[in-house]
Amino acid sequence: MAGAAPEGVTPHQYLENQTRWRRVEIAFWLATLLPFVVTPTYLSLASQIAITALFALSLDLILGYAGIVSLGHAAFFGLGAYTAGLMSKFVWGEPLTGLVAAAAIAGLVGFATSFIIARFRHLALIMITLGLGLLLHEAANSASWLTGGADGLQGVDIWPLLGAFKFDLYGRTAYAYSLVVLALMFLVARRLIHSPFGLALRGIRENAVRMSAIGAPNRSHVRKVYTISAVIAGIAGALLAQTTETVSLEVLSFERSADVLVILILGGAGRLYGGILGAIIYMVARDQFSGINPQFWYFWIGLLLVAVVMLLPNGILGGLARFAERWQGGRR
Amino acid sequence: MNGAALATRGLNKSFGSLVVAKDVELVLPHGVRYALIGPNGAGKTTLINLITGMLRPDTGRIFLGEDDITSLAPEARVRRGLARTFQINALFPQLSALEAVTLAVCERRGFAGVWWRGLPEYRDAADEAHAILASLLLGEHCYRLTHELSYGQQRLLEIALALATRPRVLLLDEPAAGVPRDESAELFAAISGLANDLTVLFIEHDMDIVFRFAARIIVMVSGGILVEGTPDEVAEDTRVREVYLGKAHHG
Ligand SMILES: Nc1ncnc2c1ncn2[C@@H]1O[C@H](COP(=O)(O)OP(=O)(O)O)[C@@H](O)[C@H]1O
Ligand SMILES: [Mg+2]
Repeated sequence: MAGAAPEGVTPHQYLENQTRWRRVEIAFWLATLLPFVVTPTYLSLASQIAITALFALSLDLILGYAGIVSLGHAAFFGLGAYTAGLMSKFVWGEPLTGLVAAAAIAGLVGFATSFIIARFRHLALIMITLGLGLLLHEAANSASWLTGGADGLQGVDIWPLLGAFKFDLYGRTAYAYSLVVLALMFLVARRLIHSPFGLALRGIRENAVRMSAIGAPNRSHVRKVYTISAVIAGIAGALLAQTTETVSLEVLSFERSADVLVILILGGAGRLYGGILGAIIYMVARDQFSGINPQFWYFWIGLLLVAVVMLLPNGILGGLARFAERWQGGRR
Repeated sequence: MNGAALATRGLNKSFGSLVVAKDVELVLPHGVRYALIGPNGAGKTTLINLITGMLRPDTGRIFLGEDDITSLAPEARVRRGLARTFQINALFPQLSALEAVTLAVCERRGFAGVWWRGLPEYRDAADEAHAILASLLLGEHCYRLTHELSYGQQRLLEIALALATRPRVLLLDEPAAGVPRDESAELFAAISGLANDLTVLFIEHDMDIVFRFAARIIVMVSGGILVEGTPDEVAEDTRVREVYLGKAHHG
């Protein structure tokens, strides 16, 4: 991020320069519209990718920026999914209010657990997040009177978006909806990481002891970002529930927590777009491979993960960024 | 206690059977430059850790000005004006020098929790950070990542981060550790140029530097304070000669 700045740059210009929209970012967001025209039969997949990307973005805020490793982030994704599903079943099927309810519930639980999270680091943190995730999964399994247990939640019925756009079979509404929400949440996350708070999070990741020595309230910072991350994860889960009109225990599963971690590490943690890129690669590859031999999926993912972590410590996006730097350096 | 910037009362600390602080009674008046000297392992760093709250004392109390800060968390002590640097660099490797000091300024001014406004909107925080870096000769290097700075520059950044908290009392743990001799004099010149009302306690092994820059000296041996006095008093003290200077002369 912070590269060498040319002479005569004021501190203010330097900071502004870091938050500037790059051309490649704008190109990327324009390209997200391509599936509508290029692969109109794959819009359901595109929607799932956008949802997974949003989930990975939520994890990036805590892992990539604050250095909080979580192996149970599906807890908030699942909470959002069940909240949206139950809301449509028992209250009404209006999607936007369902999204808000899911965000609120996930945020509340995120805030409550953040008091535990903020007290620990490293291995203890991994175990605690893992434990909380497993706990919630089992709770949802046991409460089958509410969640439908292993059979999944029955009777999810989502009304047309804004009262006008039905969730169609091709996934056009689904993708448009997921993409808009992803883009909005991305703007929030981007603003956050370029704020004073975003700088403080990077400080915690880099050196928590020094943060205390400059008077930083680390725990309150961690609680705040954990809650925000839970809200975004909950929104992602709600999107999945609403666009597929199903909720199963899988949304709370350990696999979902592990997958999103893999996706973020593959794409590159701590760079906002890493999770999105990871989600695209992971989901497209899984879709392509699943026709051939689905049982080998985790074999290839395992191989890819080892290769990326060994060769590209900052993920695929980190590798690309380095390549682009060299290429530009070479042209100068 | 009257007029003291920092004081400790009966501070004790042991690691198992190793006593690292023994009834430490410290009174630092406002604006005085203190040197804390003593052989390796005497407990100097431990004393700083106790005062700043990074370690809890077994017994004893710590006062910053009139306030008992013994039970405060380290960050709360910093916000009340007690800052430190580290003997071994404890920096933010992947932040630029400017970002690191701006972060410290943001924390002090209380808007480091703001996540809905861009950092560039806080132009004066960045300007203040830059001014601090410039005063420590880091102005030209402030956009470089911390881990790309030379060792000596990183030592200066240690001090810059502490200054950004606007301390009333500043504890410097071997600020010149590992810095070549000619550069360390420069570094201490910068330290002695700090505001007059700032109370500074620095740990340093080089006696020339200690005698040049300290108004008073505290000698610590085996966790206890042996002598406290002016450089002349300390230089003439027979116990100090025996235990500390004597050893240094022979070895
Ligand atoms: N966390 C710790 N646990 C156990 N022993 C420690 C710890 N920190 C320091 N010590 C020991 O306490 C003694 C004093 O250390 P220190 O305060 O670092 O000395 P100084 O800074 O004067 O060289 C040393 O013998 C050191 O090994
Ligand atoms: Mg020491």
